[in-house]
Amino acid sequence: MILSVQDLEVAFRVGPWFDRRTILAVARVSFDLSQGETFAIVGESGSGKTTLAHAINGLQAISGGEVSFMGKKVEVSRARAVQPLRRHMSMMFQDPVGSLSPRMKVGDLVAEPFVIHKIGKNLKKEVQRLLSLVGLPGDFADRYPHQLSGGQARRIGVARAIALDPKLIIADEPTAGLDVSVQGEVLNLLNDLREQLGLSMIFISHNLHVVHHVADRMAVMYLGRIVETGSTEEVFRAPAHPYTATLLSATPNPDPDKVHDRILLSSEVPSLLDRPAGCEFHTRCPWVQQRCFNESPYLEGGQLKRVACHVPLEPGARPPPKG
Amino acid sequence: MSDILILVFEVVSKHLGSLRRVVAEPLGAVGLIMVVGMIAGAIFADFLTAFEPTRISPRDRFLEPSVVHLMGTDQLGRDLFSRVLHGGQIALSVALVSIAASLLIGVILGLIAGYGPRWLDNLMILLFDAIKSFPTVMLALALVTLFGPSLTAVMIVVVLVNVPGYARIIRTQTLALKSSQFVTSAQSMGASTARVLRVHILPNSIGPLLILASMDIPVVIAIEAGMSFLGLGVRPPTPSWGAILNDGFTAIRDTPWIAIAGGVPIILTTLGFTFLGETLRDIFDPRLKRRA
Repeated sequence: MILSVQDLEVAFRVGPWFDRRTILAVARVSFDLSQGETFAIVGESGSGKTTLAHAINGLQAISGGEVSFMGKKVEVSRARAVQPLRRHMSMMFQDPVGSLSPRMKVGDLVAEPFVIHKIGKNLKKEVQRLLSLVGLPGDFADRYPHQLSGGQARRIGVARAIALDPKLIIADEPTAGLDVSVQGEVLNLLNDLREQLGLSMIFISHNLHVVHHVADRMAVMYLGRIVETGSTEEVFRAPAHPYTATLLSATPNPDPDKVHDRILLSSEVPSLLDRPAGCEFHTRCPWVQQRCFNESPYLEGGQLKRVACHVPLEPGARPPPKG
Repeated sequence: MSDILILVFEVVSKHLGSLRRVVAEPLGAVGLIMVVGMIAGAIFADFLTAFEPTRISPRDRFLEPSVVHLMGTDQLGRDLFSRVLHGGQIALSVALVSIAASLLIGVILGLIAGYGPRWLDNLMILLFDAIKSFPTVMLALALVTLFGPSLTAVMIVVVLVNVPGYARIIRTQTLALKSSQFVTSAQSMGASTARVLRVHILPNSIGPLLILASMDIPVVIAIEAGMSFLGLGVRPPTPSWGAILNDGFTAIRDTPWIAIAGGVPIILTTLGFTFLGETLRDIFDPRLKRRA
């Protein structure tokens, strides 16, 4: 096991001093990741995916639980202990161009991990090796980030992420802002590298097609909580949480003959400042029942899949008619 | 602390290397020629003129510019060309030394305020505002009362006047950049705070400050001239452009060349440093560069 996240909580304090309130951006999240495995985290904007990623890397202070990577605890307060761990764990950020320092040349950007960890002698050669590994010509080393397209910048991001042969890559929306053909290229590149280098990967996305394509296991997050987790196959075959079912039903299906049968949610996402009592999805759930209003469900189930719902759905379930 | 000094030194030396790119821009080349000419004139003043800048010669009062006296003479018969060149020494050394000191201190304080904890930021902003609220002349009078009139007093005034503004610019930029994705990205790789500040924040925030600083050089020259006029800076008979300008001001109708000798160097220096500053900005911020 390379990464273990136990009951992770991230709290933010918001508001002026006389009305200081605490919101939980990530609430009691647990999961494990083994060598070579790809774990996808899906959920809508604001569900705590990025905060979770930052907490795993030690960029974000955690308020409860623990993250251990390669058997060592990741803690913001112990920066000196975290820095060497980061050599084995790299991140990719949402904005491909924005995550490259604008005044550095591509060559320096790709060489940065080596410089930070004082590894490698012939950096020029390493840069050339990495550029060719991500399918870019060597003369790109002299370019500035603003001279790159989104796809090229993303490849540079991949080159930076794999530079030091990490054990784990945390990819936060690696396909965001790229057009579909470039998305495909980037995903294939990541897949190839993952197989060649035996990487584990945490793959954060809201694109379910992509998740289905790359992930071995996945978790669905809602309001900072995991509501359903399991093998990707199983979650896609038989989504048991109403929220998962809703997300899946919202994905466009390329088969024109198939009836597009969307489950529609009634209200907006509740505010993190005002979490609903009981099951937090009850305000939007088409299958809501009496006990959902005041009883919180736990993440329960077997090896293949666990779900936090009082009334898990059968495959192909349809919402009851309103009445 | 020494880390930060090394950081600043490295940035400065790295940027000296971009001299070639300054010359490649026409405006930069012109600015550089003017600035270099000014500095050369100041450094080689003793070789360029046979006259002592302070030698009084009552018989040669108010001589018009000629082959002997290139810029004429003033009311005491002193050679103005010599006084302008030697005045350049004073002006440029005061300007460069005090601007460099302001930059160094301002950048360090700005980075600390922007990247450090919130309470420190608030405290420093309060201090900056307090200093800024003093009028320059008041500050100058107070300091001269403490230390006596001297070049050092002029420089301390300039540093005190400039540091709050410089630090604020760097602080604002640092605040904006510290949550940017490229900074987070560097942190996620394990970059130290010193590296984040030096490699990612400083180069991306110093551009506007360098333009401002290079445009402040003529302002500093004016402060020096003004203080010298008030008797708070360089004392007579030491040559200073401000003093020459003031000498000529009283007699501008009959002998305009004295005021011209004092004023033209100030104008040329202003232009030269402005051109240079704009070119430096283009180099530091490739995104703002005009497309050819």
